[in-house]
Amino acid sequence: MTKPILSIRDLTVEIPTRHGILRPVDGVSYDITAGEILGVVGESGAGKSMAGNAVIGLLSPPAHISKGEIHVNGRRVDQLQGDAMRKLRGKEIGMVFQDPLTSLNPLLRIGDQLTETMLAHLDISRAEADKRAVAALEEVGIPGAAERVGSYPHEFSGGMRQRVVIALALCAEPSLIIADEPTTALDVSVQAQIIALLKRLCRDRGTAVMLITHDMGVIAEAADRVAVMYAGKLAELGPVRDVLTAPLHPYTDGLMGSTPLASRGKARLHQIPGAMPRLDALPPGCAFSPRCPKVQAVCRQDPGPHIEDGAGRAACFFPLSREEVA
Amino acid sequence: MLAYVIQRVAQSALVLLVVGLVAFSMFRFVGDPIDNMLGQERTQADIDRLRVVLGLDQPFVVQYYKFLESAVQGNFGVSYRQGRPVSEILMERAPATLELAAVSGFLAISLGIALGVFTAIRRNGFAANAIMSVSLIGVSLPTFLIGILLIYLFSVELGWLPSFGRGETVKIGGWSTGFLTESGLKALILPSITLGLYQMTLIMRLVRSEMLEVLRQDYIRFARARGLKERAVNFHHALKNTLVPVITVTGLQLGSIIAFAIITETVFQWPGVGLLFINAIQFVDIPVMAAYLMLISVMFVGINLIVDLLYFAIDPRLRADRTGGH
Repeated sequence: MTKPILSIRDLTVEIPTRHGILRPVDGVSYDITAGEILGVVGESGAGKSMAGNAVIGLLSPPAHISKGEIHVNGRRVDQLQGDAMRKLRGKEIGMVFQDPLTSLNPLLRIGDQLTETMLAHLDISRAEADKRAVAALEEVGIPGAAERVGSYPHEFSGGMRQRVVIALALCAEPSLIIADEPTTALDVSVQAQIIALLKRLCRDRGTAVMLITHDMGVIAEAADRVAVMYAGKLAELGPVRDVLTAPLHPYTDGLMGSTPLASRGKARLHQIPGAMPRLDALPPGCAFSPRCPKVQAVCRQDPGPHIEDGAGRAACFFPLSREEVA
Repeated sequence: MLAYVIQRVAQSALVLLVVGLVAFSMFRFVGDPIDNMLGQERTQADIDRLRVVLGLDQPFVVQYYKFLESAVQGNFGVSYRQGRPVSEILMERAPATLELAAVSGFLAISLGIALGVFTAIRRNGFAANAIMSVSLIGVSLPTFLIGILLIYLFSVELGWLPSFGRGETVKIGGWSTGFLTESGLKALILPSITLGLYQMTLIMRLVRSEMLEVLRQDYIRFARARGLKERAVNFHHALKNTLVPVITVTGLQLGSIIAFAIITETVFQWPGVGLLFINAIQFVDIPVMAAYLMLISVMFVGINLIVDLLYFAIDPRLRADRTGGH
């Protein structure tokens, strides 16, 4: 395997509150290599976005990284402060947010937002930045890019704005993109275009992508590997085919069972009983144990071992075997 | 754009007409000017004659119409008390008020915005909290009390600054300015602080709360995620987005700085139009009162018009009526 662009080891994010310390991200480890798209899935509050924010150093206080390491391009970044961290953002790590309608400053022309970002990171002239801004818009498929650089965000549709956001995230040529629910706020037809665009740009440039979403369809469409998060912990990690068709962790299995598939016909959707526990009321042992169909006494005491199966791994005492599911 | 301006000017004219009408109907209740104008030795014949000469025997609608007729020709009548044309008296007094208002308006806007941004960025800092607490005094103390306190401290106890008047003035054309002499500048300090303090704290608190609101927005997070410098994020991206509401309030406040200079002018015996107005009320000098009220409403209406045009300059979304969008 090539050297990873992003390497997270035992990452833990803590939020001190009056009622004790919450851990929205708890001991998470994964790598993303160049040109690879890692899908990060989970329910709301599972810690997917929090992990992304930790990587780019945008956790809002009092949330902070309490343990673990983050390496980008072989350099440790979780301890960088102030200006050193700022130089990393945009230059080495780009970020795409969920809502393109609110991600762009309404009062500034998109061309100016692009050049401003490039000039902050690249040693180029104003004229060169102007030229590259047009090229960046062309690359993300904005028709008439040369005229549209002078437009304001409100003059674009939602899908076009997300293209602008992607152009902004990529304009200083970062080696890692964190896409936090990039298609959630968009129409289904536009979603597919945006995913295809992200995929194409990252393949072409060899950019590593952390694709955070709760949409299994997006994962199946775009991701090479999948990380499934549950209550701050990594439940399962593996190649997208394995995780979707033959999951190891009972939670992943339940998640797949609750995704509508055309092949399953009109059968009633499976539903995982209960809800994900709140972070201040986690059960001892495995966080999924109260809802798990395969739960045993040991699960309620111990979070479970990390088991490996081929390219995949999961945190469970009683993983489903590949055969059982298939 | 032009159609909008014309529409607004027409509206403004209507507002002025109504203000004049309301003012005129109220003058009937402030007392009888004839009482003050004729001495003790008056006869009923004198009173009746003067009443006819001044046109006060006519219904107020007719008086109002006559006032309008001459006002549009720049003729505001003759002061009952001073026996000189009102426009001449106003021209003589206006520079004092306008200079005072300009200095306190400048103080209020520049300090208000600077402190507002500072207290928003250093939200939890000691200095910011201290400024916020002190600003409560500015908001809650009445203007005349601040003026008297300042006079007590700087004129009576310390003896640094004059307690009343404009100091020496220099005539430039028809304009008498206090900016060019040392005593004129010294005399400006206390009144302009007194007049501007309330507006300054108001603008500061408004800028602060707007900034805090804007700093939470996605586009600010996105600007940070692109690695822009903190200064660019705060001043270029955030401050610009706070300006629309700030300009609205600031515009109204500038109007009231001129209008409510009355109190400050009374405390400091500042020879401006406010003091003129107070004296006119005591004497029931209707032409002066009417002209003053019209002058103030012209300023309010004019400032509001400018404010509306500034919106267009700042927020491109308001210019969108032709390009589609909203």
